[in-house]
Amino acid sequence: MNSVLEITTNNGRPKRRGKVRVPTITLAHGGGGKAMHDLIDDVFVEAFDSESHAPMEDQARISLAHLAAYGDRLAFTTDSYVVQPLDFPGGNIGKLAICGTINDLAVGGAIPLYLSCAVIIEEGLPVETMRMIARTMAATALEAGVKVVTGDTKVVERGACDKLFINTAGVGVIREGVDLGVDKAKPGDVILVNGLLGDHGAAILNARGDMKLTTPIESDCASLHGLIDALLSAVPNTRFLRDATRGGVATVLNEIADASQVGIEIYEDRTPIRSEVKGFCEILGLDPLYLANEGKIICVVPPEDAETALAALKAHPLGEGAAKIGEVTDHRAGRVVMQTVFGGRRIVDMLVGEQLPRIC
Amino acid sequence: MKFVDEFRDPEKARFLLEEIRVLVPQIRNARNGASGRSSTSPIYIMEVCGGHTHAIFRYGVETMLPDGIELIHGPGCPVCVLPMGRVDDCVALAHMPGMIFTTFGDAMRVPGSKESLLQAKANGADVRMVYSPLDSLRIAQDNPDRQVVFFALGFETTMPSTAFTVLRAKAEGVKNFSLFCNHITIIPTIKAILDSPDLQLDGFLGPGHVSMVIGNSSYRFIADHYKKPLVIAGFEPLDILHGIWMVLKQIAEGRSEIENQYKRVVPEGGNAPALDAIGKVFELREFFEWRGLGSIDHSGVRIREDYGEFDAERRFSVPALKIADPKSCQCGEVLKGVIKPWDCKVFGRDCTPETPLGALMVSSEGACAAYYQYGDIEKIHNTKALVKEMA
Repeated sequence: MNSVLEITTNNGRPKRRGKVRVPTITLAHGGGGKAMHDLIDDVFVEAFDSESHAPMEDQARISLAHLAAYGDRLAFTTDSYVVQPLDFPGGNIGKLAICGTINDLAVGGAIPLYLSCAVIIEEGLPVETMRMIARTMAATALEAGVKVVTGDTKVVERGACDKLFINTAGVGVIREGVDLGVDKAKPGDVILVNGLLGDHGAAILNARGDMKLTTPIESDCASLHGLIDALLSAVPNTRFLRDATRGGVATVLNEIADASQVGIEIYEDRTPIRSEVKGFCEILGLDPLYLANEGKIICVVPPEDAETALAALKAHPLGEGAAKIGEVTDHRAGRVVMQTVFGGRRIVDMLVGEQLPRIC
Repeated sequence: MKFVDEFRDPEKARFLLEEIRVLVPQIRNARNGASGRSSTSPIYIMEVCGGHTHAIFRYGVETMLPDGIELIHGPGCPVCVLPMGRVDDCVALAHMPGMIFTTFGDAMRVPGSKESLLQAKANGADVRMVYSPLDSLRIAQDNPDRQVVFFALGFETTMPSTAFTVLRAKAEGVKNFSLFCNHITIIPTIKAILDSPDLQLDGFLGPGHVSMVIGNSSYRFIADHYKKPLVIAGFEPLDILHGIWMVLKQIAEGRSEIENQYKRVVPEGGNAPALDAIGKVFELREFFEWRGLGSIDHSGVRIREDYGEFDAERRFSVPALKIADPKSCQCGEVLKGVIKPWDCKVFGRDCTPETPLGALMVSSEGACAAYYQYGDIEKIHNTKALVKEMA
């Protein structure tokens, strides 16, 4: 059962919206009956489409001519969000679910346009929590200029999921002439990032509260399509972009080295990491290069465009801390090597599993 | 970062490296056949502690050292030397009905004969990662109707916090908390390595954190009886280079002494309250099994009778089976520095960080796991060449 918002026409009669009158979400809200309609109306339609009174259909309908005006290829992506805790310094699961999917479209050179939002709710979640998250999603989407046009709600028994899982799929249109690829890095290319690394991963680990550390670290969660638009306008022959989410910068660099069959050399002393994140990692025995980011991209650009690209990033509010962290080389294909602050060198490999804190 | 960046200063590193570059050929030329070592064989220094191994790889210290000096990555990773039978006991405890099994993070992936703790968790056991034994005690107090076991692991570094937790549990009358004690002690193991007939070591970097608890005097026999220099060193890369330089200096001057590079943390006499707590709660076992090294006399501790109620081995029945290390594994030889990780027949083939056969492939502090990062499978036998190429 979908809650659907018609976007091309608005020929339906205004309809009365339902209201949820209980404090927590129960299995009844997933049952397909009135309780579910009330939840959809009161929480989701209220947040995403309060102006429209279009009839509810099972799908969003999008005019092809409208899409074609933006470019020549459709980009389509999906991502699921299962973060705990739901609320963390710098954002919540809703903001993450919008920004993350926007970024997955934007790093392909696409202009993000429409998103879906499917939620899987564990019974017992307060209605207010769901409402607050839906409103954050709506506000984040509005600010980013994308529309949430279709969705789905499921409620599962306690223990079958952890409070709330969100899936968002997104469509965007890739502008003509842009052709980014993970296999396009060439020796001599320069590697840039748009700011401080590891904030999101550190903020989430800290928000889980195991260590009870008091830190000012906040998630860097942000929609990056504006920044990417600025970069691609300045340097249209950018080779590759990817947001450094799970697995961090180290993982993205390994993906590039592997797909392009090139070596990558980075410099620890040019890699921007705030000292609180470094300290956090020192205490827990973690490596910030593997921490997740939600507002950082790795950019590979030809050497002659590196300064232009850096200037374009720095001119945008989400790229003020941009830096050149390394370059693509023609030796040790498939390998990422880091020149350490100390003057030694080490291989930066993909993680085998998740990072586990060391005991001493 | 304050008080950290100072110990990662590349300028100071360059200065120390120049000194080391002068000392290495001096030492090798001088010995020329003495004690069966030629001027072409390298100087072997063992870092005993896994924390050192980790820092050496993280900062690429090995790639900075000149030819003629080699680091042997010793047995000081408590996760790596844990025998498979003990992991099986953990898994058995974790699967007991109503049990909450608590452990440090990096013990989660250590393979047992059937499951690791990570797999046991996926298969339904309530295994929780903690940062301190006190977290585990709190979990016990929050869940009075369930049994909570803490997987106590590590050298003298982690022993005091376990001992203090037991003392607190006793003082507060907590009835549902116990330890599965796998604490080990480094001195008998260093002695076992020194007694090994195929040994070629020239000196040691001593463990900084262990020494912070036990002090300097326990190492005397290494200098007095075995005539090997030992320098207790800190964990920042500059500490390690400084420690290596101090060992070389001793060798060059014909000295074998116990020196302390890590004076800012390690007091001569150790930490008296910590030693006192350890003494109250623990006593030496007659022997303890180490993965790769076999059984070593007096190398482990158990909980004293007075605190027996907190001993999971007394409270629950564990299988306590001895599981032999896989025959193909040569972890023991690697630990003693007799062979290099890439000389082992299964290294990088059957034994990888995803599917570790041997202990040293398990933790990032293990020598094999650290080296594995240095080359892909095809290149594994050129690993050393690769390290050199990067230097």
